[in-house]
Formats: sequence, structure tokens, C-alpha cells
Amino acid sequence: MPKIESVDHLTEYRRQIRAQRDPKQQQVLVCSGPGCLPLGSTEVAQAFQEEMQAKGLQGKVILKSTGCHGLCAHGVRVLLRPQEIAYEKVTPEDVPEVVETSLIGGKVVERLVYQDPVSGQTAVHKSEVPFYQGQKPLVLRKLDEIDPESLDDYLVVGGYRTMRKVLFKMSPEEVIDAVERSGLRGRGGAGFLTGRKWRLCRQVPGEMKFVICNGDEGDPGAFMDRAVMEGDPHAIIEGMIVGGYAIGAHQGYIYVRHEYPLAVKRLTQAVAQAREFGLLGNNILRSGFDFDIKISQGSGAFVCGEETALIASIEGNIGEPMPRPPYPAQKGLFGMPTVINNVETWANVPEIINMGAEWFAALGTEKSKGTKVFSLVGAVNHTGLVEVPMGTTLRQIIFELGGGIPGGREFKAVQTGGPSGGCIPKQFLDLPVDYDSLQEVGSIMGSGGMIVMDTTSCMVDVARYFISFLFEESCGKCTPCREGLRQLLNILNDITSGEGKEEHISLMEEICTTMASASLCGLGQSAANPVLTTLKYFRAEYEAHIRDKKCPALVCRPLLTYTIDPEACTACLACVRECPVGAISGPKKEAQRIDQDICIKCGRCHDVCQFEAIKVE
Amino acid sequence: MMDVERLETILTQYEGYPQDLIPILQDIQDQYHYLPKDELKVVAQRLNVPLTKVYSVATFYKMFSLVPKGRHELRVCLGTTCHLKGGQRLLESVSSHLGIEPGYTTADMQFSLETVGCLGSCAQAPVMMVDDKYYARMTIDKVTKVLKLYKE
Ligand SMILES: Cc1cc2nc3c(=O)[nH]c(=O)nc-3n(C[C@H](O)[C@H](O)[C@H](O)COP(=O)(O)O)c2cc1C
Ligand code: SF4
Ligand code: SF4
Ligand code: SF4
Ligand code: FES
Ligand code: FES
Repeated sequence: MPKIESVDHLTEYRRQIRAQRDPKQQQVLVCSGPGCLPLGSTEVAQAFQEEMQAKGLQGKVILKSTGCHGLCAHGVRVLLRPQEIAYEKVTPEDVPEVVETSLIGGKVVERLVYQDPVSGQTAVHKSEVPFYQGQKPLVLRKLDEIDPESLDDYLVVGGYRTMRKVLFKMSPEEVIDAVERSGLRGRGGAGFLTGRKWRLCRQVPGEMKFVICNGDEGDPGAFMDRAVMEGDPHAIIEGMIVGGYAIGAHQGYIYVRHEYPLAVKRLTQAVAQAREFGLLGNNILRSGFDFDIKISQGSGAFVCGEETALIASIEGNIGEPMPRPPYPAQKGLFGMPTVINNVETWANVPEIINMGAEWFAALGTEKSKGTKVFSLVGAVNHTGLVEVPMGTTLRQIIFELGGGIPGGREFKAVQTGGPSGGCIPKQFLDLPVDYDSLQEVGSIMGSGGMIVMDTTSCMVDVARYFISFLFEESCGKCTPCREGLRQLLNILNDITSGEGKEEHISLMEEICTTMASASLCGLGQSAANPVLTTLKYFRAEYEAHIRDKKCPALVCRPLLTYTIDPEACTACLACVRECPVGAISGPKKEAQRIDQDICIKCGRCHDVCQFEAIKVE
Repeated sequence: MMDVERLETILTQYEGYPQDLIPILQDIQDQYHYLPKDELKVVAQRLNVPLTKVYSVATFYKMFSLVPKGRHELRVCLGTTCHLKGGQRLLESVSSHLGIEPGYTTADMQFSLETVGCLGSCAQAPVMMVDDKYYARMTIDKVTKVLKLYKE
């Protein structure tokens, strides 16, 4: 790769690589995102490589491994461009047929295209698959198009055009104006206006300033940021250069959690490429602006996603939050004014400047502009990543894009906002998803996790789960959070094991109120949300646990009884081998029995029985 | 005995500021699979930070371990989606097959078992990882098969 010295040089280089590429050339894009990778996308890509070589197609057909294509449930996904044929559930064994039929024969392999689970109708092209209709991809737009390890790919689709425009044609004030007018709000949790944050930071005097990208993505059940960091790392870098220029920072940090090794690798590589190419470093393209980026890795602490704890962690300290104010924009990294934004916030910036603030502000609702990426997971047919305009309803997301609930079961709740969020029940399915509406029903937008639950989920167990997660992750610095979580967890453990008392409910409500008002950081302040929303919308379930010692969803194991249906049991003995306490026995080749005195209710017999012979009550 | 050279290769990549502490500990953890005592003393000296601070950092963050880890690191996801799809029972099954509780290492130093908040592959829950390989849509009857791949 050459070192680019000037704007003209960049234009010329972009022209050159564009000229070398033929938009009609056959491309095979294998999804290697967070959903397809564990399903074997590397092996699929490898199979294409070998098969294409065997058939003499190398050089004629371009093969790329890309970021997430969205519909992870049907991975491994393979997209053929320019035809836009979308293949699903591709295994290495399918590859020879795809090469033969599609790449050589120009025909469609019908058995690998999308099929509607209800109507049986098929959709060959990406645009015909219901999952993609109704989406508005801005942040995810390039993910199924570019090779994230190729800077050239990013340049071909117009990458670093915004940076150029900003460094040469706009003043920092104009950039901040544009971001402010766009109405962009932070995508990492609180939804603070990004332009206002930048302006504040620009106005504060400081001998040095910093920008930080928050890639800690600690919310369990959320993987939007991982997908963007792995699938389009240069968009984040470009956004940060723009932000750095706007506030007057010359150094940026990207903080990535170490649980995402591929994201660390891709970002490190992208930063090195940009530096080598001359898009980071001193006097970028002779604009007079210096800017560079360092990668900082998290070490496995949820609380480090909180901005002041994250800053402490980059400084080499333990990740304990600090009271705000002062806000990081006033006094942040190494005591200097610092803008910290979420991955998706940064990735929105280039397109906002490029397309214009008004274009962005025309999307979404009055107070929530643009689009939002959600990780749609749990009890929903089409698990994956969706990006929709703000204001799209929960029903549209879960039932139209998401294809509804598997197994014909009933929708029960959707959990948004991670451990600080809440569980939203059926009566709010028509709620438009934006910052304010979610807050009105007791949840939050958060970073974009959307976990769908059906009737097999117990809402008391869900509350207990989040409290136990937060109890583990609380840094312990302040008493209301530390002790409040301990007490809540004890109570919820009691309730889910049949020891609940009537007065527990009001006691929990009291603890929640104290934690919300007296905790130091967002973790403690919002920790009550999962408890409060489940108490509010699913109180009957709490009462069933407390009064009747029953778990209606059959989840809380101490309240269940496992028995074997002698009619259904085939005496395969799988459960006998799995039972950790030897509670299952019986004569050879006859139905087995569970000794209730020995059984510890671990539920594993139920999981391994292939004949549905284990009954739960 | 401390391998001076091995540690030096790590230390020379840094300038020696206090803020290098965490990245250095991460490198040591990655290479040694734990943080040996003698190495920590050298790190403290070199960065000019008190040893107590090194220990407070090393114990605060979940990725660091002060005791040696096994040859293979098993991580079972207990994130929300995995929890709803039976992650806890998966963990119990793995734990009883290995004969260790989460957080511990088998006596033969082959396996360490950990839990994790979310691995970011929630679309395929429940998920577990062995070293850097993902196992998606895990079920309890697959546990024996997966573990066998790593047993000597
Ligand atoms: C306990 C806790 C955890 C958080 N975790 C994250 C996170 O993983 N990613 C993130 O972007 N923001 C997280 N935040 C929010 C950040 O503190 C901060 O508001 C955000 O990074 C600002 O960026 P934004 O304005 O672009 O959203 C967390 C906040 C709290 C209180
Ligand atoms: S609220 Fe909880 S996580 Fe936040 S500072 Fe206090 S103890 Fe730590
Ligand atoms: S696993 Fe099911 S079928 Fe097999 S012995 Fe147990 S109860 Fe019977
Ligand atoms: S629930 Fe667990 S302990 Fe009870 S019989 Fe089944 S496997 Fe054995
Ligand atoms: S990772 Fe392949 S579709 Fe999401
Ligand atoms: S919840 Fe297990 S991978 Fe995200």
C-alpha cells in the first residue's frame, strides 16, 4: 500500500482501485460474523477457496469473508453478488454444488434459499427476504459488502471521504453544528446528545484533549458493537478522526473488551493500515491536523463500560467509577477534557457528515433521530442483527423482521437495555422504540440488546439472573449498590427456591428505591429496573412462587418435580448416565424411575432424554 | 525459577509508564496463563508502582489469575440469552464431567473452567468456548463429545 501524501493523491488512488474493479464481476461473500463464525464459516470459506481453485475460477470470482449479514439464525450465510442471491445454512458439503450450479451454471440452488416457515414461500434474493424488508441499514450497510481487513474495500465504497471533507472544507465549529443538528444521541446507554457533548468538550480549555471509543459492550445478550468492530473497523476510525478534529484532540483510544479477540485483531490491523497509508499520524494528508489512535483492551469487568471507570482502566487503575460532575468532557482521561462515545455512535458520524445533518434528522422520531441497531435474540425465529429507523414498533421488529416466536409458543416479554433495562410485556408491543418511549414503560434503550422471551421463561428467574449478574459485577465502592444487590439477591434466591414470604415484595421495592437514589454510578442507579419492571408487569408470577410455591413457567428447579413417563421411556439409559447423584434406576430394558428422595432437581435428565419421557411439574 | 528473558521480551514493548501496567499484565496472562509472583515484583519495580497496586489491579479484573491455569481454558457463557437457553445446566454438566467447580483447574492441569458474561454470539445460544474455538447451540449430550476432543 502506498503512503498517501495529499488529498489529490487520495483521489487518484481511489480512482485507480475503482478502475481496477468490475462491478459485474462475480463475488462470493461468506459471512464470518459473530453468529456464523461458531457455525463454521471459516470452513465454508475454505471449501469455496479449494473448490474454486479446482474448477479454475480463481481470479475470475472474488471470494471474501465479511462481517455479519444480519440473519444469524440461518447461518452460515453466503451472498452472491451482483445477483444478490442469499444462501442460508451453508455447510462445506454444500459448496461444490453452489460452485457448479451458481458460479459456473448461473442458476440458483433452490434448497439453500430462504423459506418462509409458515407459507413455505421461498425468497432467492436478499431484498425479498422479509427479515431485510423494513430495515434501514446505515451502520450495518457495508457489513455484507466489504472485506473488513481491506482498506481498499473501504475506500471503494467511499470511505475516508468524510474525513477529507472535514479536514479541508469544514471548521471544527461546523462539524459540531452538523452533529448537533442531526440530533444524534449516544448509542451506548444514556442517549446523551452527541453534538452537545462535543461542544462542551471543545469549549473547555485543556492543553490536551482525547477522544475515546467505548467498545466494552458488556451488556449480556448484545453483540451489535462486536459486529461493527469486526465488520467495519475503518468506519469507527474515520468517525473518531472527525470527532478529534472537532474537539481539538490529537489522540484517540479504542477500548475493546478482551472477550472479543477478533475485534481486537481487526481494529489493531485497521489502525496500523490507516497509519501506514497516511490517514493517521502527523499532518494527515498535509491538512496540518495530527491524530493517532491506540487500542486498549478491557480485562473482564462489566463496570468498565461506565465511562469514568473505563477512563480509570486506561490509566492503569482498577475500574472504579468516579462521581460526576466533573464529566469526562470537562475532566477525563489523564485529567484532560475527553469525549467518550459508543462504537455505534462513532460509526454513525461519517455518514451524517457525508449525507448531511438534515438527511439524518429526517429519519426516526422527534427526539430520537436516525436508526438503531438491535441484537435480536432469545425466543424469536430470526435471531440476528437488525437496524431500523427509531420509532419502529416492537411488534414490527419481533414479528415482522424477527419472524415471531418459535414452536408456536406465545410471546411473553422483551428485555431491552441489558442489566439496566427492563422487561416489557405484551400490552406494549405497539410501542415505538425510541429513547423516551422505552423509558416511559420502565426500561431503557441501552446499547441495543433485545432479548425476546416466551412462556418458557420465568420472570422471577430473569430478575434473579440480572441481580446476580450485577452483584458479581458491582465494584463494591459504594454501600447502597453493594449491600442492596446482596439483599435483593438473597430475597430472589429465597423466592425462586420456595422460601419466599409475602413481605419480600415490599422489602424489595424499598431496597430498589434506595439503590436508585443513593448509588454512585449508573450500575447501581439502574440495577433495580429488572426487578421493578417484572414486579410491575408480572406480579402474579411472584405471587405464584411465594404463595403457591409454584413456578408457572417450570424454570425454578427447586419448585419442580421430575418424573419418568413409563409409557414414553425406551430404557435408553441416557438419563441414568447423566444423573449426577444416581437418582435414576430400574430393571434392564424397562422404564426407569426417579427416586425423589435422592433427586437434586438439576434437570439434566430432562435435557438428555431424546424421547420426552421426563415430565416436569 | 523466573525466565528473565521471557519477561523482558514483554517489558521492552512498553515505555514503562504506570498506565502500561494493565497491558503488561494482559501480555503476561496471555503467555503464562497466570500472573507469577516473581514476575509481578519486577513489573512493579520497573513501572515504579507499589506492589500493592499491582495486586489490587490483578485481583480486580476477572481475566487475571494468580494461580496457574490448565492447558485448555473452557468458558461457558452465562449471558442473558445463554441463561434463558439453559447455560446454567450446560455449566453444571461440564463442571461435573470435569469434576471441578467454575473458577478451578483439574488436578492434571488439563482444563480450567470459567464462566463469562457474554461471548457475543448470542444468536447461537447457548455458547461455550474452548481456548479460541466457539461451540454454538450447545446441548448437554454434546458435552462429552466436545471434551473428548481435548483430552489426551
Ligand atoms: C455500568 C455501566 C456499563 C456501561 N457499559 C457500556 C458499554 O459497554 N458500552 C457503552 O458504549 N457504554 C456503556 N455505558 C455507558 C457509558 O458510561 C457512556 O455513557 C457511553 O459510553 C457514552 O457514549 P454515547 O454517548 O455514545 O452513548 C455503561 C454505563 C454504565 C453505568
Ligand atoms: S453504584 Fe455499584 S458499581 Fe457503581 S460505584 Fe457504586 S458500587 Fe461501584
Ligand atoms: S433418557 Fe428418557 S428414554 Fe432414556 S431411559 Fe431416561 S427417561 Fe427413559
Ligand atoms: S433432575 Fe437431576 S438429580 Fe434429579 S433425576 Fe434428573 S438428573 Fe438426576
Ligand atoms: S454472523 Fe452471519 S448473519 Fe450474523
Ligand atoms: S449471552 Fe451467551 S453469547 Fe451472548
